Amino acid sequence: MKDHNYLDIDFRDISANHLDRRDFIRLAGGGIFIFMIIGHFPSLLAQREGRFNPHSLPTDFNAFLRIGENGRVSLFTGKIEMGQGVITSLAQMLADELDVTFNSVDMVMGDTNLCPWDMGTFGSMSTRFFGPPLREAAAEGRQVLIELASEYLKSPADQLMTKDGIVYKRLNKKQYVTYGQLAKGKAIGRHATGKVPLKTPDQFKIMGKSFLRHDSFVKVTGEAKYAGDIRLPGMLYAAILRPPAHDAKRTSLDLSDAKKFDGVQVIDDGDLVAVLHPLPDVAEKALSKVKVTYDIPDSNLNDKTIFDYLLKVAPEGETVAVTGNQQRGEKDSVKIIEKTYLDGYKAHAPIEPHTATAHVEGDKITVWPSSQTPFPAKEQVAEALGFKLENVHIISPFVGGGFGGKSRNLQVIEAARLSKLAGKPVQVAWTRAEEFFHDSFRPAAVVKIKSGIDKTGKLSFWDYHVYFAGSRGATEFYSIPNSITVSHSTGRGEKSPHPFAVGAWRAPGNNTNTFARESQIEIMASEAGIDPYEFRMMNLTDQKMKRVLKAAADKFGWKPAKGPSGRGFGIACGIDAGTSVATIAEVEVNKQTGEIRVKRVVAAQDMGLAVNPEGATIQMEGCITMGLGYALEEDIRFKGEKILDLNFDTYDIPRFSWVPKIETVILDAKNDPPQGGGEPAIVTMGGAIANAVFDAVGARVLQMPITAERVREAMKQG
Amino acid sequence: MKELIKFNLNGKPVEITTDSDRLLLWVIRTDLGLTGTKYGCGESLCGACTVIVDNEAVRSCQTTLKDVENRSVITIEGLAVDGQPNILQKAFMDHDALQCGYCTPGMLMNAWAMLKKNPHPTREQIIEEMDDNLCRCGAHKRIIEAVETVSKEMGG
Ligand code: FES
Ligand code: FES
Repeated sequence: MKDHNYLDIDFRDISANHLDRRDFIRLAGGGIFIFMIIGHFPSLLAQREGRFNPHSLPTDFNAFLRIGENGRVSLFTGKIEMGQGVITSLAQMLADELDVTFNSVDMVMGDTNLCPWDMGTFGSMSTRFFGPPLREAAAEGRQVLIELASEYLKSPADQLMTKDGIVYKRLNKKQYVTYGQLAKGKAIGRHATGKVPLKTPDQFKIMGKSFLRHDSFVKVTGEAKYAGDIRLPGMLYAAILRPPAHDAKRTSLDLSDAKKFDGVQVIDDGDLVAVLHPLPDVAEKALSKVKVTYDIPDSNLNDKTIFDYLLKVAPEGETVAVTGNQQRGEKDSVKIIEKTYLDGYKAHAPIEPHTATAHVEGDKITVWPSSQTPFPAKEQVAEALGFKLENVHIISPFVGGGFGGKSRNLQVIEAARLSKLAGKPVQVAWTRAEEFFHDSFRPAAVVKIKSGIDKTGKLSFWDYHVYFAGSRGATEFYSIPNSITVSHSTGRGEKSPHPFAVGAWRAPGNNTNTFARESQIEIMASEAGIDPYEFRMMNLTDQKMKRVLKAAADKFGWKPAKGPSGRGFGIACGIDAGTSVATIAEVEVNKQTGEIRVKRVVAAQDMGLAVNPEGATIQMEGCITMGLGYALEEDIRFKGEKILDLNFDTYDIPRFSWVPKIETVILDAKNDPPQGGGEPAIVTMGGAIANAVFDAVGARVLQMPITAERVREAMKQG
Repeated sequence: MKELIKFNLNGKPVEITTDSDRLLLWVIRTDLGLTGTKYGCGESLCGACTVIVDNEAVRSCQTTLKDVENRSVITIEGLAVDGQPNILQKAFMDHDALQCGYCTPGMLMNAWAMLKKNPHPTREQIIEEMDDNLCRCGAHKRIIEAVETVSKEMGG
């Protein structure tokens, strides 16, 4: 074995924590290391330059795996597990390429001292971006083990084989060495070169097979630790004073009654006023004794007026896609339809509210947060406390649902500040009202579409403007000769017109865009007098989408009829995170009340290689179920910067009784790289239900959620 | 006012001296250190805090310590039998009836109380009984299926 095959690892760069090499080996346990790069890492790093010392970060890898001398394999990644099942599918890919058993893989996730820097975990990204580099790294690891074994067994490498963590001589299986033995006393590493061939699908033993969740035992026994389950000696629970509206100005504050509680510690740090106590309920009670008054500015802005306002302040658009010539398209049209679609604000509403437990000791801090972004949290904490970056340690416990909403880390900073001020460990666990108040909602948005058909019934032109939802999923994938897609701002960042924070919500923007596009498509089909399935097929050349749509229709047992047929069937197609999806919904509409009951949903998707088909199916079911909420009921009501829905009594999310018969199809595409699975099947729910309602009673609802009231209204207009 | 309250928790007697108006949820999670029972809404709207008191599923966020005096309380930590998941926990595992797992303890406790009273509920009864337990990840379909299998397997 030539030493120059291996890097001399400066372990200091792994954790940005200035551990020396020995310390790191002790922490990581020594062994054989393979480093990899996930995603567009160099460009991500470049974006961060200037804020923090880039030398404290590794520049040539952002995840690594380790083969330890006990034969166990660990994957160190800054990603976190929040229900999407990445903990299982990553372990599967790794085990299969490395030839170890699934159960010998440990996942070390989201610990900023052990894992390399990571931007955050956002729905569909993990399996998709991780897949190829992780498999390459594992294959590389297997190669290294064979090289080491070749020396150990004194046998040419090509006469060796691997299975379940052991290297054997091909011709004499009695001569073997385990991975653990090979790793013993070693501290060597290599970068994945991408040159070692990967297994082909027929060689997969673990990938593509269904595996039960890696984490289910601890989750059914109550052992799984979430941020609020961390207990530290002397820990205090915080109850934080909140204004009634985001723009409310405090005019008076009297903390004297709160201070009377036994054992209470009151913190007044300007914008952060909190009551701390060893018991969370007592802290809450003491907070209720704080006397405070506010001025709330008047505002005409509310959940009804917001759409006109958005259109009024909308900036010039940015063209995201264009083909042909719109004017020519309009001239060729025998029918032109112009519609405006609306979509209100939605809450993330994870059942676990934002929580963080923080412990400041001297100039160091450890935080256990419910966060999708532990590494950005580390930077935010360092900045807020004026601590050195390397003195901030974030440990990610299980996260009780994120859906894009647990990325801002406000609660992390609150806990960190309070722990520093109190000189004790502090837990901040938001109440449900705080969770609604501080959510970064899915933004309200408007879509305007003008489109035409020619005399053969084909789409002749398409003119699409989306305001404030962003361009994800905006570009149509039908083959329309003259088509333009324009996005007028995502509404995020400094120039946001929204009265409160907005952000990514499971498949950001795509839910709104797909609802609008697929509604318009069925309107055109109905105008052309063509069955909506047939109409899509004749306007599609995207073979992948055609296959997916056909698979959904076959499963559903689609029979052609032009809409509205009275049957209550609706189709929607969409593309998200590289995955194509087609959904068909069946609904029943009460003609008197307008109430909708979704009876059946069939969804088919092509997501490339489905690493864990069971996991992917669960994600699809989750998408369909969660999607019922935004399609039928969910809508944040507000007045100015005051949020009116603060709990589940008025903000209704999907329940058992809403759940339709769900059938899912995952198309076999083993040879294609894995695509996103955590989000695609949610984007089609609004469109499929809107179209099904139209098919049932001829009522076209152009605004989500499609409430009973809006259905009655649309029925009147006929 | 501080008072000595006795009750039975997961089969063991407990004595605690504290304000008896305090909510069971916080006493269990903080004073007694059993963190499997979760907070989700604090207003009886989500079911994450469900525990079983004398065979009834109750919401510990709306139950005071006084309410459980001399009664028997079971939390998620008390469901396993000899360290092994019970039949319902096992069914949840086998059906992958969870994602983030945060609603799971409440789901299990609510379903277990139902099965104790009615070992063979129909699908409709399961849905009705579980309807006020919320799950944001959309594990509903599999939770129903898990409870249905247990409904078929339960004796009695
Ligand atoms: S926390 Fe008790 S019902 Fe939600
Ligand atoms: S599994 Fe996440 S809330 Fe139910």
